[in-house]
Amino acid sequence: MEGLKLELKEKIIEQLNLEDISIDEIGDNDPLFGDGLGLDSIDALELIVMLDKDYGIKLSDPKEGKKIFESIEVMATYIAKHRK
Amino acid sequence: MNTQYYIKNYCKIKEARVTLNDNLVFEDDTNELKSFFKNVYKHLELKYAKFFKMDNLSKLSFLAAEYILQNVENSTDRNIAIVLSNRASSLDTDRKHQNSIQDKENYYPSPAIFVYTLPNIAIGEISIKHQLKSENAFFVFDTFNAEFLCNYARVLLDKNKAESVLCGWVDVDNDNYEGFMYLVSRKGELKHTIKELTNIYQN
Repeated sequence: MEGLKLELKEKIIEQLNLEDISIDEIGDNDPLFGDGLGLDSIDALELIVMLDKDYGIKLSDPKEGKKIFESIEVMATYIAKHRK
Repeated sequence: MNTQYYIKNYCKIKEARVTLNDNLVFEDDTNELKSFFKNVYKHLELKYAKFFKMDNLSKLSFLAAEYILQNVENSTDRNIAIVLSNRASSLDTDRKHQNSIQDKENYYPSPAIFVYTLPNIAIGEISIKHQLKSENAFFVFDTFNAEFLCNYARVLLDKNKAESVLCGWVDVDNDNYEGFMYLVSRKGELKHTIKELTNIYQN
């Protein structure tokens, strides 16, 4: 699980172009949206594509993302359970 | 009788150099576009994380606008119209989007790229940063069209649609880029004429 969390942090920084943020600055339980990393709605869509492309997980309802993308911890748990 | 307007500031970004009113303000030794734009951003000492999510056309437009508007007092309170133009439209980003949907077996269009597949998004990025809710338009020409831009800005000011007009040519196509932006104002010293625009663009 720790490896997956690290991988997710790397992917989020790279794919969402978070130039000024390093892996160490993203806590496992930090909120990704709002006051946390400050991701926006386009980032949420980008994360949905990433789930599909990299982990074979298709979200039929984009609203599901609100819970799944709460934090790195929640994301990693969801991916570990549903990845194909 | 035509009202005389003025070119208040003008900024050029090309060949790894940034000039403001013909004075060199930043020079870089990199030929790599992403690095160059990042270094210009750092030179401006901005804290605006959304910059890094922009496509190259928006980055170029944003940076040129920043050099001009940071010298305009209370730019957020002013009615500044934006009229931009270029040759390649959003082709640079359109290609990236096309590549992401080319293969039906590997079909993953990126939402973050797709939102930049229109050139006028660059105007939106400037407007968001400076909280401008003003008239705006983006035109595509083969080359910088001083006559059209001059007349368009004049009409906006004549009709009181704006207090000033941020105009320019912002073109990005692969590694080729050129930014020329200027502010047309009701006060100033440099006359806003087709001849003057052509001169400062070419010099």
